[in-house]
Amino acid sequence: MTATLPDHTTTDEWEPVCRLEQVPAEAGVAALVRGEAVALFRDHRDEVYALSNVCPFARASVLSRGIVGTRSGVPFVASPMKKQPFRLADGVCLDDEAVRVDTWDVKVDGGVVLVGAKRTPA
Amino acid sequence: MSNRQRLVVVGHGMVGHRFVQAAVERGLTDTFDVVILGEEPRAAYDRVALTSYFSATCAEELSLLPGGSYDHDAVELRISTEVVSLDRAARTVTARDKVTGTETVLGYDQLVLATGAAPFVPPVPGREHDGVFVYRTIEDLDAIREASHTATSGIVIGGGLLGLEAANALVQLGLQTHVVEMAPRLMPVQLDQAGGSTLVRHIEKLGVNVHAGVMTQEITAGETGSVDGLQLKDSYKIDAQVVVFSAGVRPRDVLGRESGLEIAERGGILVDDQCHTSDERIWAIGECAAPAGRMYGLVAPGYDMAEVVADALLDGPGRFTGADMSTKLKLLGVDVASFGDAFATTEGSLELVYSDAVAGVYKKLVVTEDGTRLLGGILVGDAAAYGILRPMVATSTNPGIALPENPEELILPASRGGSTGGGVAALPDEAQICSCNNVSKGDIVHAVEDGCEDVASVKSCTNAGTTCGSCVTSVKAIIEDHFAKTGREVSKALCEHFAISRAELFEVVKIHGYTTFEAVLEAHGTGRGCDICKPTVASVLASQFNEHVLGGTHAGLQDTNDAYLANIQKNGSYSVVPRIPGGEVTPEGLIVIGEVARDFGLYTKITGGQRIDMFGARMEDLPAIWGRLVDAGFESGHAYGKSLRTVKSCVGSEWCRYGVQESVSMAIRLELRYRGLRSPHKLKGGVSGCARECAEARGKDFGVIATDKGWNLYVGGNGGMNPAHAQLLAGDLDDETLISYLDRFLMYYVRMADRLQRTAPWIDSLEGGLDRVKAVVVDDVLGLGSELEESMERHVATYEDEWAATLADPQKLERFVSFVNAPGTPDPNITFTTERDQIRPENHAGPVVLGTTIPVGASR
Ligand code: SRM
Ligand SMILES: Cc1cc2nc3c(=O)[nH]c(=O)nc-3n(C[C@H](O)[C@H](O)[C@H](O)COP(=O)(O)OP(=O)(O)OC[C@H]3O[C@@H](n4cnc5c(N)ncnc54)[C@H](O)[C@@H]3O)c2cc1C
Ligand code: SF4
Ligand code: FES
Repeated sequence: MTATLPDHTTTDEWEPVCRLEQVPAEAGVAALVRGEAVALFRDHRDEVYALSNVCPFARASVLSRGIVGTRSGVPFVASPMKKQPFRLADGVCLDDEAVRVDTWDVKVDGGVVLVGAKRTPA
Repeated sequence: MSNRQRLVVVGHGMVGHRFVQAAVERGLTDTFDVVILGEEPRAAYDRVALTSYFSATCAEELSLLPGGSYDHDAVELRISTEVVSLDRAARTVTARDKVTGTETVLGYDQLVLATGAAPFVPPVPGREHDGVFVYRTIEDLDAIREASHTATSGIVIGGGLLGLEAANALVQLGLQTHVVEMAPRLMPVQLDQAGGSTLVRHIEKLGVNVHAGVMTQEITAGETGSVDGLQLKDSYKIDAQVVVFSAGVRPRDVLGRESGLEIAERGGILVDDQCHTSDERIWAIGECAAPAGRMYGLVAPGYDMAEVVADALLDGPGRFTGADMSTKLKLLGVDVASFGDAFATTEGSLELVYSDAVAGVYKKLVVTEDGTRLLGGILVGDAAAYGILRPMVATSTNPGIALPENPEELILPASRGGSTGGGVAALPDEAQICSCNNVSKGDIVHAVEDGCEDVASVKSCTNAGTTCGSCVTSVKAIIEDHFAKTGREVSKALCEHFAISRAELFEVVKIHGYTTFEAVLEAHGTGRGCDICKPTVASVLASQFNEHVLGGTHAGLQDTNDAYLANIQKNGSYSVVPRIPGGEVTPEGLIVIGEVARDFGLYTKITGGQRIDMFGARMEDLPAIWGRLVDAGFESGHAYGKSLRTVKSCVGSEWCRYGVQESVSMAIRLELRYRGLRSPHKLKGGVSGCARECAEARGKDFGVIATDKGWNLYVGGNGGMNPAHAQLLAGDLDDETLISYLDRFLMYYVRMADRLQRTAPWIDSLEGGLDRVKAVVVDDVLGLGSELEESMERHVATYEDEWAATLADPQKLERFVSFVNAPGTPDPNITFTTERDQIRPENHAGPVVLGTTIPVGASR
């Protein structure tokens, strides 16, 4: 339930966004974090993920409205526009690994979802 | 290059085209320049499928040469060019351009005549009147269609194969149709008396009047000179405004006659077994030719002749040795097949007959005296066995395939010990499956081994099934049989989470009464589900329990559009479509829609489905927009759902001078009855007030067309990617029967179809196709009728407007916010520009950042 903090992140960058219950189980919700539309998802193990809300294929701010599921056990969201699947853990498109949406550090503390720094891709 | 020769082909019909294809494929173009002169205003097209022109979107769909030219430098096609004379001494033909009238003389080294045949019009007085047609070319069909606009009934003279085909066309055009046949029965060439009468009963049930054993005396005309009827000799008169002659064809052998080529006694240019005429530089193929004095009115022998001539020009050994005149067709939905020695003329032959007058089935096998070989047969009403029977037939040159011990099993229905279905397994590899294109079972099996996995790809690799289509069921059975033999399962699994099909899911939900995805997944699936199984299960649950799609834990299962009860647009905004049943709307209703669109700044457009769409709504505005619409009495139009969309209507007899029933009232009644029904794919209906069909009902999943006596119900129509005309399920129904058949049809579809399978492909996928649907819906063979009707009653009783219910439930409304932490802030990614005085989405290259709110020092 806690995300590992990459080296460059300092704790005061955590922004409280909403309560955990506000992220529907196995579904998503959009949040406005430092001016950017961020999609928050909760998987079946209550793990929370933060991805850019913008589907890179559709160039529209919609990912939070996609269906959440698993592919061979890996949690993903299907873009609501044309169904491209993105891995929740790192935003990589499962059908085309060259495409990736931004992700943020995220953690739940005392029932509150906090979004941290934008991750740099490995 | 001086040693190149010129090959001239006269006639660009089906056979001429096949010849040119063979010439190109086999390299005749290495030595010849090929010039083809065709009289029709277009390149060759599929004449066998001519009747489907009425349901085609354009003539190009029937074309055998889409694009209109051969992709080869040495081949030149000139259309609208008629050859008017042939000078054998000079070795030239004179061609006239039908558009400009110019004539050109063209020399040839080799000449191939492929001029086909012309309809025979017997010298009946009055045949020159307006409104009298033949049935051979696309132009003929255009003319008949044009005339049908002002006609109410039509007559086909001739009850043979083509005559019934023409009758089918008149029925499709909505005319009260009559068929007049001189012989005492229909299809006298192919059917015996019993087969003919069985066929008559079927055809009369469809509303076609058959007048057999009658002579025509005169085609009568009214004052304007156009046809008003047909007077039969010593008998009654039939009223009609359209008359189509279909009394056989005559070879177009005039070029041969005038230039002194030998002509067969009964017409046709006499050719030898290499299709050589009496002039060594001239060949004749197709319907204009008469090999050994006999003309063949079918395409397959013509194709053989085309191959033989291509071969002969390369000094090959090919010979034309006669042809299989077997016929199988579906006339007005009735299966008819006749093959081999159908009339048992072989010395000592025996007939085995199975006949079921009630079901309208007649089957006859003609076998040798000792019962070991099949000589021929007739099938009417059920020709499923044709595919396995025809290759078994023994002829003078081919011993055929030995019959099983009890040959009658081949024609008995399965319930009485017959062996239907898997019959193809027993056929040897040499058995010819597609007679039009000479494709054997072995060819098909090879294609499957080489990776063709379905009928469509087998068709494109082997040509099997691409002409008359009668062999397609056998092709399908061979593919399935091959898969079964090699232990390959054709997976029905919905996705990685469910190993079962949608229909099976429907059954398990029904039997166990699961009401949540979680429960279904736990009992029958693995993993956590995905974008395929979640919406499918949601739809199956909704079809059966009709709970609100955003209720309970259902919301997360829904496809995007259902999830917000609106249609998502390219920029993430939504469109709003209120239901306008039957397309009827009051001025007040229109004003409300106008005001809502104005107040929320929405783009408005009339849809292709007779209602109004408002685009560009922000998700967080949807409840307010719907609040206004619901207050004014509008309901959700389910434009977003895999569910009933619209029931399109014409204005009908309430206003229209032609209308015979109140189509608007019926359309509204049907739309209100089936609104909200969640189904495997979207559903559309249509109701027309008369046969003019202004509502285009036959393009819909269910189409209802008024008749004098009630309603005709058509099912399985589709626009979209693979257009299909709906087929007649039952005719002249009263209101209540119409609704009970529709209840059954729709619920049967909802239960059985695959995910995202519209009604047309669903019907095609059923064993028995439309006949199966008729059996279940009309004849209730499964005894499911009342159960299906009850399910529909349950749906109707539990219907509630999804938007009204959403507005009344604060919990459901919670999801309609732009951002969970800034509910009032519109998503900055959604912006609009203007075009023609209305908004339109602005295209973004990437995400938009609200610069002003970025805290200083934030990570980038
Ligand atoms: C709005 C409308 C176009 C218009 O401005 O006229 C429209 C718009 C869409 N159509 Fe359509 N279709 C519209 C009439 C039609 C028609 C004409 C008709 O209904 O008479 C057809 C052909 C008839 C038919 O369906 O058989 C039609 C055949 C399709 C198809 C192809 C279906 C097929 O079986 O091949 C799709 C794709 C699909 O459903 O998978 C489609 C899908 C769509 C979708 C839902 C695509 C999408 O997912 O975004 C479009 C979004 C609607 C929206 O944003 O509101 N639309 N679409 C029409 C709405 C009618 C209504 O009042 O509900
Ligand atoms: C409605 C209908 C349904 C049919 N159904 C079947 C079926 O189910 N199965 C089956 O096997 N057969 C069927 N047939 C028959 C089949 O269409 C013919 O056997 C086939 O078209 C014959 O091909 P062809 O090339 O010989 O003649 P056509 O296809 O008629 O081609 C001859 C061409 O030559 C042109 N031509 C003629 N004279 C000249 C000239 N002097 N100069 C230039 N051009 C000329 C004609 O305009 C025509 O385009 C059907 C026919 C019709 C009309
Ligand atoms: S289909 Fe309807 S509108 Fe068209 S002519 Fe018939 S009744 Fe009139
Ligand atoms: S038998 Fe006519 S297409 Fe195959």
